[in-house]
Amino acid sequence: MKDTDIKKLLYAHLLCIFSIILSVLIPPLFLENFSILETHLTWLCICSGVVTAVNLVLYLVVKPNTSSKRSSLSHKVTRVLKCCIYFLMSCFIFHVIFVLYGAPLIELVLETFLFAVILSTFTTVPCLCLLGPRLKAWLRVFSRNGVTSIWENSLQITTISSLVGAWLGAFPIPLDWERPWQVWPISCTLGATFGYVAGLLISPLWIYWNRKQLSYKNN
Amino acid sequence: MRLGSGTFAACCVVIEVLGIAVFLRGFFPVPVRSSAGAEHRTEPPAPEPSADALRDDFLFGSKGVKFMPYTTYLVEKGASHSFVAEAKPPTVTMPRIKALTTGSLPGFVDVVRNLNSPTLLEDNVIRQAKAAGKRMIFYGDETWVKLFPKHFVEYDGTTSFFVSDYTEVDNNVTRHLDKVLKREDWDMLILHYLGLDHIGHISGPSSPLIGHKLSEMDNILMKIHTSLLSQEREGLSPSLLVLCGDHGMSDTGSHGASSTGEVNTPLILISSAFERKPGDIRHPKRVQQTDLAATLAIGLSVPIPKDSVGSLIVPVIEGRPMRDQMRFLHLNTVQLSKLLQENVPSYEKDPGFEQFKVSEKLHGNWIKLYLEESHSEVLFNLGTKVLRQYLDALKTLSLALSTQVAQYDVYSMMVGTAVVLEVLTLLLLSIPQALRRQAKVDIPLSSPAFSLLFYLMFLVLSAIHIIVCTSAESSCYFCGLLWPVAGGVMVLMSALLCAIVSVLTKMFISKSLPSKNPAHPNSRWSELDLLIVFGTVGHVLSLGASSFVEEEHQTWYFLVNTLCLALSQELYRNCFLEDDGEPQHHFHMEPGIVDATPGLPYRTGCDVWEQDTVRERLSLSDMLRGREKWMALASPWLILACCRLLRSLNQTGVQWAHRPDFGHWLTSSDHKAELSILAALSLLVIFLLVQGGCSPVSRAALLLGLLGVYCYRVAIGNVLFPWQQDNRDIAKGIIEARFVYVFVLGILFTGTKDLLKSQVIATDFKIKTVGLWEIHSGLVLLAALLFRPHNLPVLAFSLLIQTVLTKFIWKPLRHDAAEITVMHYWFGQAFFYFQGNSNNIATVDISAGFVGLDTYVEIPAMFLTAFGTYAGPVLWASHLVHFLSSVSSDSALSHACFCYALICSIPVSTYIILVTSLRYHLFIWSVFSPKLLYEGMHLLITAAICVFFTAMDQASLTNS
Repeated sequence: MKDTDIKKLLYAHLLCIFSIILSVLIPPLFLENFSILETHLTWLCICSGVVTAVNLVLYLVVKPNTSSKRSSLSHKVTRVLKCCIYFLMSCFIFHVIFVLYGAPLIELVLETFLFAVILSTFTTVPCLCLLGPRLKAWLRVFSRNGVTSIWENSLQITTISSLVGAWLGAFPIPLDWERPWQVWPISCTLGATFGYVAGLLISPLWIYWNRKQLSYKNN
Repeated sequence: MRLGSGTFAACCVVIEVLGIAVFLRGFFPVPVRSSAGAEHRTEPPAPEPSADALRDDFLFGSKGVKFMPYTTYLVEKGASHSFVAEAKPPTVTMPRIKALTTGSLPGFVDVVRNLNSPTLLEDNVIRQAKAAGKRMIFYGDETWVKLFPKHFVEYDGTTSFFVSDYTEVDNNVTRHLDKVLKREDWDMLILHYLGLDHIGHISGPSSPLIGHKLSEMDNILMKIHTSLLSQEREGLSPSLLVLCGDHGMSDTGSHGASSTGEVNTPLILISSAFERKPGDIRHPKRVQQTDLAATLAIGLSVPIPKDSVGSLIVPVIEGRPMRDQMRFLHLNTVQLSKLLQENVPSYEKDPGFEQFKVSEKLHGNWIKLYLEESHSEVLFNLGTKVLRQYLDALKTLSLALSTQVAQYDVYSMMVGTAVVLEVLTLLLLSIPQALRRQAKVDIPLSSPAFSLLFYLMFLVLSAIHIIVCTSAESSCYFCGLLWPVAGGVMVLMSALLCAIVSVLTKMFISKSLPSKNPAHPNSRWSELDLLIVFGTVGHVLSLGASSFVEEEHQTWYFLVNTLCLALSQELYRNCFLEDDGEPQHHFHMEPGIVDATPGLPYRTGCDVWEQDTVRERLSLSDMLRGREKWMALASPWLILACCRLLRSLNQTGVQWAHRPDFGHWLTSSDHKAELSILAALSLLVIFLLVQGGCSPVSRAALLLGLLGVYCYRVAIGNVLFPWQQDNRDIAKGIIEARFVYVFVLGILFTGTKDLLKSQVIATDFKIKTVGLWEIHSGLVLLAALLFRPHNLPVLAFSLLIQTVLTKFIWKPLRHDAAEITVMHYWFGQAFFYFQGNSNNIATVDISAGFVGLDTYVEIPAMFLTAFGTYAGPVLWASHLVHFLSSVSSDSALSHACFCYALICSIPVSTYIILVTSLRYHLFIWSVFSPKLLYEGMHLLITAAICVFFTAMDQASLTNS
């Protein structure tokens, strides 16, 4: 296990966390009355845009998937289109799952959908960047003992921690504290964001900690 | 002693039930009671209309002004006093009537006896009035007639059986009015109107029907008042008209808990003896509901009921001369201080009692002064001082007595908790043993070493018992028990403790020995196991927050949804990755981190994780081909969709209970046709899903039974036949219901017969499965009869989900018995809430206890209500028994029984500790205690289920 790889991973992750912090700090300079709780939807859009952009840039710069072959332009275009479709699909699937979990069906559709979008940003976008639109690879990565590189390992950790964060974020909703952040879906989006950030922080550390035990056959 | 783990678990749960019973007896306060007889004595007829579920804002709010002009006029300008009377929870009719008449605070346990309403034995105003020779007439809610069976010279009770009827119940009362008001042969007239309560239950407090009802009530009040005024003009003494509500209604229209709407009721006293004074209608004074008993007793010149903790409502007697006022207050204080003397050993130190002594002395001085010289300023000043002193004493005494009610019997609680915790520890410690293949538990009950410890423990406990019981100040249930019984409990406690100690030592000894297999069995936990553990822990912890107790259904829906998603993930992984022909990657972890199976040879490809599922993969590819596979893949989503539909059928809980739901839409009278179609469809689905496993005879019985269920619902007017146009008369549907009961018993009987037959003919394994399925279907039929028609889809969906899970998930994926048991338990809990239950007493569907019964018969009604309420968990448990005995090995049933016992007793035991530590919490009576009752009942039902499990297990053991 190369320490340089882990260092690269750590810097990439720190950049992601920095971008999320910027998405909170920068907009008040341009927008009036901006705050995470009151103009939550705006923040959701900005945050998901920023995170997607950073992920793409990182993917292009770092190129963790060195094994992918050079291919023709048309192949690349279909690949990008496919990625977009996958992203939209994942948004809709998340939306459906939220409704199944009890989110209102008719009211607050936009809120629920934007929550689906941000959760897709935290989970699907890194997957698409790293693994490409191949469901089998996804299933492999998210099965026990199926990862093949530190990038996939960190992907697994961040994705699972953002999902768990969103899941845990639902817990404060029934409490009767009457705080503004208990309103659907703010606690869940915040939970997902915290989960994502935590995953970003934990995964390099965890990999560093276990670097002796981990060995990926392919690398 | 070696026991099967099923038997062991069943014994444990039974002992836990005993522990919980002792705990509950200590937790729920013993009401303040007096034992002496009545002595002293001291005028006018008093009609008392009372309306069920009359909320204070109906009278004093905007609705009052709009719909009740006459009453508003009286309150503002007339000779009247108006108050907001605070009712104490439980806000249910019977305890409230008791509070109004006896002035005492009925304990929480009285709710359970609400249905039963035996004769009121405590001293009360009605009894005192009867003893004083007053003639009383009553029209209205039957509960009064049951509470006071021989007290009224004339009565007409109306049953509140049909909640959907809100006109007939009131016309029944009003039709007597004209006659009665013309007569002069009565002293007291009590009217209890039910219509408002029924409207609340049907459509809530904001319904337009409320307005009509309120104006009807206003007209009735005007009628009574004008006729009383005309009588007074003819020279009779002034009369008192009391208008009050027994309890309010919550914002959803139900009652039982302690929200502001439920607790605040109006109390208006109207009499020409009062001074006319323009009062401020917006801010009536607050009094306690219990104060009415004392006030009425003074007004009727009868002794104040002995158990009353209320204090006289002072504005009522303001018009009397000072001497009388003092006498009335004196009577009230004497009564309260007597009650205090009987209930508090150190009463002399009570500030209320000291104040009472001071005011008595002052009163004596005043009388002396009064007899010496009348009419002087000194006299008046001293008089007001005495009055003030009396009022202070009254207030302190009344408060002291009310808090006396809320004292816990800590010793009994401790004993109960100790028993429950010991049993739980024993269960937890025996997990590794019980879940081994042979499913046997070693209980060291007779080893000589522990007998010494046992006797020591017994001696220590007895010493503690004697010390506690001789020094106890307040009454204690456990000390009041017979010696042999208390001794038995102590023997049990010390035996359990010794068993725990010896199991622990055994574990340590085996640990310190060089163990042969260092590998942890736990390191192979799948995601599902993790979810199960975290879900259970999370649910148990959530019980410490009142909001989570109120919204417990959310927790279960959330967990069940997550469970479905976890299952679908497992299913997808198994289905897709098995086809993955070209495994390119290999992930390898060094030994030491995931070193679960050191001996496993690592093959090429992604075999490491395939090892996990090698069994399942074979079966999956064998069992599911083509369309079947796609159906299996869709099944978790089908279950999720069903759960989502059911969730919007009944909104329960507190925060979102007011949201519109399908249940209310269906039960409103405009949608009878839709409800009929839905009920018929559900019954059809139930038949189709259940009939497959039955023998032909019970299949026919089931069909007839389900038809009978529909006929019963038509008879009591819930649903319609297609050929039937308008509403028929509402009947009780006794014949139809009994017709169904016959089939239920028949199916259960055939099932039992098959089970017995399978005992005799050991070879035939199928008969047992059929027998168990028949018992399951008998229970389904009974549930179909008891469920309200809009809840029939819950039953149908429950069967559908069971079928889908069995066919596409449990059988192909081969989960072990423990996982399947926990999943059954989770679904059972979710279905408990899908039915519309909550952790609030008000949501118990009492009407289930009356199905097919002419009158209230205690035992069947209790049994039916309990079954109707817990139908969800019970049906899932019976499905579990059938499923496990049909698919898997010998030890599966005892594993399942053990797991079921464990998973049910963890929340109960934790909850009683939580409740003990939260006993001074603000919401203890409104939120935590009802939940405690539910948990106790749930444990009782679990005990019954575990005993059934063990019986089935024993049967299979004798077979093999």
